[in-house]
Amino acid sequence: MTAIPLGVPRRLVEFTIDGKEARVPEGSTVLDACRAAGKDIPTLCHGDTLTPKNACRVCVVEVEGSRTLVPACSRKAEPGMTVHTDTERARHSRKVVLELLASSVDLSTTPQVAGWIKEYEAKPDRFGPEAARLNEAPKIDNDLYVRDYDKCILCYKCVDACGDQWQNTFAISVAGRGFDARIAVEHDAPLTDSACVYCGNCIEVCPTGALSFKSEFDMRAAGTWDESQQTETTTVCAYCGVGCNLTLHVQDNEIVKVTSPHDNPVTHGNLCIKGRFGYQHVQNRG
Amino acid sequence: MRKREPKTYTRLTHPLVRDSRDEPFRPASWDEALDRAARGLQRNRDAFGMFSCARATNEMNYVAQKFARVVMGTNNVDSCNRTCHAPSVAGLSAAFGSGGGTSSYEEIEHTDVIVMWGSNARFAHPIFFQHVLKGIRNGARMYAVDPRRTSTAEWAESWLGLNVGTDIPMAHAIGREIIHAGLANEAFIERATTGFEEYKALVEPWTLSLAEKVTGVPAAAIKDLAHAYARAERAQLCWTLGITEHHNGTDNVRALINLSLLTGHVGRYGAGLQPLRGQNNVQGGGDMGAIPNRLPGFQDILDPDIRLKFESAWDTVIQPHYGLNLTEMFEAMEEGTLRAVYCIGENPAQSEADSEQAVRRLKALDFLVVQDIFLTKTAELADVVLPATAGWAETDGTTTNSERRVQRVRKAVTPPGEAREDIDIICDLAARLGHDWKYADAEAVWNELRSVSPDHYGMTYHRLEEHQGIQWPCPSTDRLEPTYLHGRLWETDPAKRGRLAPFGLVQHDPPVDLTDDQYPIRLTTGRRLDSYNTGVQSGSFASPLRRGEYVELCPEDAERYGVVVGEEVQVTSRRGSVVAPVWIDPALRPGLAFMTMHFPDEVDTNQLTIEANCPIAGTAEFKASAIRIEKLPVATIVR
Repeated sequence: MTAIPLGVPRRLVEFTIDGKEARVPEGSTVLDACRAAGKDIPTLCHGDTLTPKNACRVCVVEVEGSRTLVPACSRKAEPGMTVHTDTERARHSRKVVLELLASSVDLSTTPQVAGWIKEYEAKPDRFGPEAARLNEAPKIDNDLYVRDYDKCILCYKCVDACGDQWQNTFAISVAGRGFDARIAVEHDAPLTDSACVYCGNCIEVCPTGALSFKSEFDMRAAGTWDESQQTETTTVCAYCGVGCNLTLHVQDNEIVKVTSPHDNPVTHGNLCIKGRFGYQHVQNRG
Repeated sequence: MRKREPKTYTRLTHPLVRDSRDEPFRPASWDEALDRAARGLQRNRDAFGMFSCARATNEMNYVAQKFARVVMGTNNVDSCNRTCHAPSVAGLSAAFGSGGGTSSYEEIEHTDVIVMWGSNARFAHPIFFQHVLKGIRNGARMYAVDPRRTSTAEWAESWLGLNVGTDIPMAHAIGREIIHAGLANEAFIERATTGFEEYKALVEPWTLSLAEKVTGVPAAAIKDLAHAYARAERAQLCWTLGITEHHNGTDNVRALINLSLLTGHVGRYGAGLQPLRGQNNVQGGGDMGAIPNRLPGFQDILDPDIRLKFESAWDTVIQPHYGLNLTEMFEAMEEGTLRAVYCIGENPAQSEADSEQAVRRLKALDFLVVQDIFLTKTAELADVVLPATAGWAETDGTTTNSERRVQRVRKAVTPPGEAREDIDIICDLAARLGHDWKYADAEAVWNELRSVSPDHYGMTYHRLEEHQGIQWPCPSTDRLEPTYLHGRLWETDPAKRGRLAPFGLVQHDPPVDLTDDQYPIRLTTGRRLDSYNTGVQSGSFASPLRRGEYVELCPEDAERYGVVVGEEVQVTSRRGSVVAPVWIDPALRPGLAFMTMHFPDEVDTNQLTIEANCPIAGTAEFKASAIRIEKLPVATIVR
């Protein structure tokens, strides 16, 4: 008997991406197929452990016969569909999305986005310095993590991770509508007066650094944060018998942040307050 | 609210020694400290006990138990598994011959009924509980059986708030109801179990109405749980220390296992028994033989063939009888028959029930060597203190989790000062006592273990990496076994079915520490979300949730005693007395109070708890003490 549940056998779906035959298991998304084919499609609101939210539209591709561009992260591959990832229309749309986001949001800590802005020749500055920004100070109301909503693109990943997809704590949600929409705890209170249990699973999925470890925030402010000097080592948490995998990010022999592998069968990228933040005792070195 | 700073501990960076216990420690070289440790152990060779560490790696536990058995010639080796889940191991192995949980986390996402019994997993095992929540979102119905209406119970279809220590009446009433409703799985009982008729007679008196009287849970709720569990296609029964930390913990575990035997909810995908372990490697410590009755691979010491295998592998003679467990070792200290202890990474001075007694006994030792990362309360009593590494972040190796998954632990940071890895320290000490062990690294230890433990043979470091951990048993290097245990019970061929699972014929026995006019309140203990055990590790990070130790009462009791939140009161049991501020928790019921053991330097809760031990597993009844609450002469309301 095999220990890996095989499930119902999945058929392979055959379709075309940029003129080449693609075959992916039934249920895969266009994005899965593109990545399997080695194509780089930019994504921001897509999370590998979350249900697609279709919020940012930066991953759009063109599907023949479809009136509108389709988000690659959520559209399931269908037999015989013809996908173009790099048409003028798709590139233009991505460019505008990047311009709108980068003009209204501080993307300075968003991985890869600088490269995409260059690749798609996006010019966020063309909207001038008056482009809508929150312009508010980062919220530092506890010693574990910081909420800097100037960096928030409203992708809802944190809300989903805190809510019914993983943590089921429901400490944060979207408050306001339209231009006033923003992520907040109930009554926009400080985190310490909310339902938050400080698991940091929202930080784990945040694509822009709007949510960050206080340790990282402080080091960035001091100019000492240097990812090139950091090692990432995956080990097992020591706080209970569940056996969560922790990836320790270490700089100068100090643990500076803790994440968890998203494909891990125990955690799926999620941790609790002890695993995520309870490492300080190791480095109370006198 | 008063802001209380928890005691924080600073890492030990060099060995500490002293000539007598009245003197302060002085720093020493490794050579001097190890020489002293070797002399201290040598002169007590026939009266030695090893406290191994349920938080260190499998490799370290393997070497530690080998030190006890080969260097010191004793099976007196144990760890803090004794204070938590030893009854689970004892109960499961009595029924199935193997001491691990029978199913995997992922299976609970695909089950139909989940029973969380004496387990606040939402706080104590948050990431396991995410799998439970997936199950609930997939349509499973969850039942919470717990004296407190915990944050786990908030997710339940039904909360059965039983009186502390009435788990067996509840389980027996559920069993009786299943039998009487014709819902027992007769084919499974016939094929895979023994002792059903005796069990049926045993539970017959436990009618729903009698159970309601004893447990305090409405008969209809008990009946509902019985029917839901028995009718489910797949059901999972999970428990934590609410079941095990009783003077009859093993009996409690047996009573729960009976329900799975009655319904056939074991040995199939999605149907099983899941004790949630409290330490990262409490499963592995036992698997590695760091317990007094098993050799590595959970192999019985009393089996001469097994002993012979280890004797030839280790070139030694293994004592053909069980050693003393942690509880018995403490009793032997009292009697003077145990005079030297090598304590690695444990803090029994604060974690044992009736802590005053534990400290007195440790002080009576001729020689105590403590190996830890901090100068704990236990280390403060030692003759020699050896600075070690934090297993999970500063060493390589493996640990084994609650679903029997062996996973790689990796070194991420360099330990401070002269701190050294546990295995190196033990080997240096062994060398001074005449045993020259050479292990190049943790993997070399692991490969030695693989060679003597069939259940671990197939787990090479390479495969552990490749599969993100492998669950035991794993006898083959080219195959993986099912995620659940005991599928054999469903075989039609009796030879393949193996030993049948006996029903546990266990009787109700109420908590030892009875409530009366003088001690009218039942105190139970547990964990909080952001804290861990005696707080030595978890006290250091800046948790916004931490509020220190309180005695938690229900609103009705608080009103009755005229006390308010933050007001300090005297809490007294038959063993000791502490002062603690009051917290009011509507999840409690009249007559039930709750405390944790997370802040022993503020409020030493274990001065109140009773050392009434399970005779089979040696676990103390942390969950049931009788206390009284007294207003202090001058009510000081601190804000």
